[in-house]
Amino acid sequence: MTNHFLKLLLLLLCATAAKAQETEDLLKLVEKDNPKKEFVKYAFKSSRVINGHSMEFLAPGTMDFRILHRFGQLDQGYKNFFGLDQASMRMGFDFGLYRNLMVGVGRSTFKKELDGFIKYAPIMQAKGEGASPVTVALVAGITMNTQPWADPTINNYFSSRLGYYYQVIVGRKFSEALSLQLSPTMVHTNLVPVHTQPNDVFALGVGGRIKLTSRIALTADYYYVANGIEKGLNYNPLSVGIDIETGGHVFQLHFSNATGMNERAFITETYNTWSKGEIRFGFNLSRIFQIKKHKPSM
Amino acid sequence: MKTILIVICATLLATITNAQDKYFTKSGKIYFDATSPKSPENVNAITKTAVCVLDTKTGNLQFSLLMKSFEFERALMQEHFNENYVESNKFPKAEFKGTITNNSNVNYAKDGVYNVKVSGNLTMHGETKTVETSGTVTVKNGKLIAVAEFAVTLADYKITVPQLVADKVAKTATIKVDCTLDVLK
Repeated sequence: MTNHFLKLLLLLLCATAAKAQETEDLLKLVEKDNPKKEFVKYAFKSSRVINGHSMEFLAPGTMDFRILHRFGQLDQGYKNFFGLDQASMRMGFDFGLYRNLMVGVGRSTFKKELDGFIKYAPIMQAKGEGASPVTVALVAGITMNTQPWADPTINNYFSSRLGYYYQVIVGRKFSEALSLQLSPTMVHTNLVPVHTQPNDVFALGVGGRIKLTSRIALTADYYYVANGIEKGLNYNPLSVGIDIETGGHVFQLHFSNATGMNERAFITETYNTWSKGEIRFGFNLSRIFQIKKHKPSM
Repeated sequence: MKTILIVICATLLATITNAQDKYFTKSGKIYFDATSPKSPENVNAITKTAVCVLDTKTGNLQFSLLMKSFEFERALMQEHFNENYVESNKFPKAEFKGTITNNSNVNYAKDGVYNVKVSGNLTMHGETKTVETSGTVTVKNGKLIAVAEFAVTLADYKITVPQLVADKVAKTATIKVDCTLDVLK
């Protein structure tokens, strides 16, 4: 009996002695080795790769004021100052509501089109236990052409002005330098200009970023349009650019064969092709405003 | 036989009391301010999840915090802090390991406010520098409240501010510490 008790005591003593030897690193006493689940942030500098949505979300409580420009074709030469004489633009406001929910509205000069979208991520890439390796985001958008009717003498329906798009974004920030994403998209246009064009167009988007320095990144954005491409008429949109961050602004400078600045427009109405040198310069300017502030006080 | 038992029991008891010499928190508050007179907006942030352990017997004092846990007024500033300035993916933690140099002046058994001097090494952004400061330890109802304020020069830790905004971020940041420590059992 006593013997048992003694052994137990000795064991306890050894254990406490062993513990006492570790006091060098006090933090080890309280810090756990397994880190908490942590969301992977900043896969892209902006909520758009170039034309299409990125896997990135606006921070909650912020508003992103976006001014987008697409100029004329570079091959127009000096006469049109390499396309800079002509500009098509979209002005938009995006709002970050939650970590994984944002909405936005915009208006483009091209077809005087209004657009709005909602973007939600049921799954976000994270680190730690039970974390997802990818972000899965869903986007649903609507577009509305506000041009005067092409033929006012016929009975025109309001629904003819509308188009919709639905998108799934699966993206991953592989490293600090590299982020890639795939985005299958469906665009539905209520009224198509010619009967040979389908109402439903399916496309697969590929987007990526290579971060060069902490403030500069290379980006590319391509949509493979599976149906609705008419040879010699419309093409798959490809954009290549750089993101430059200057404190308050993000500049996305790029070259592209697309002029459209919403999903319906750049997926179904890209009438130029890189192969003929029909390239345009363009930029997205993004300025983030903090609407909801939480003062960091002691 | 009995004597051995008593001795062992006594040693055990001693080690147990030894354990109660240590105090800790996982919710320490650490605040910093790098606002310069020309800053268009406040450059400040707070974390409320700093870990702090104090061995009252030796005066050893250690802090650890995750850089990503700093919360700013503006999300964009928080992004820039993590992405461009402190590179928190590369250097996730800041750590301080030091001692209360006048530990014998503090009577941890008696309630009161004690002035303390602390010196040690602060590691941040991959750089380690010596830091010395004074603060107070308040003993109250079996808890310790450690408060201190000091300044760090960003350049010492190789945290570079781009030329364009050089005058909009202070060269040195004021750091305030406020931790309430409980007995570590």
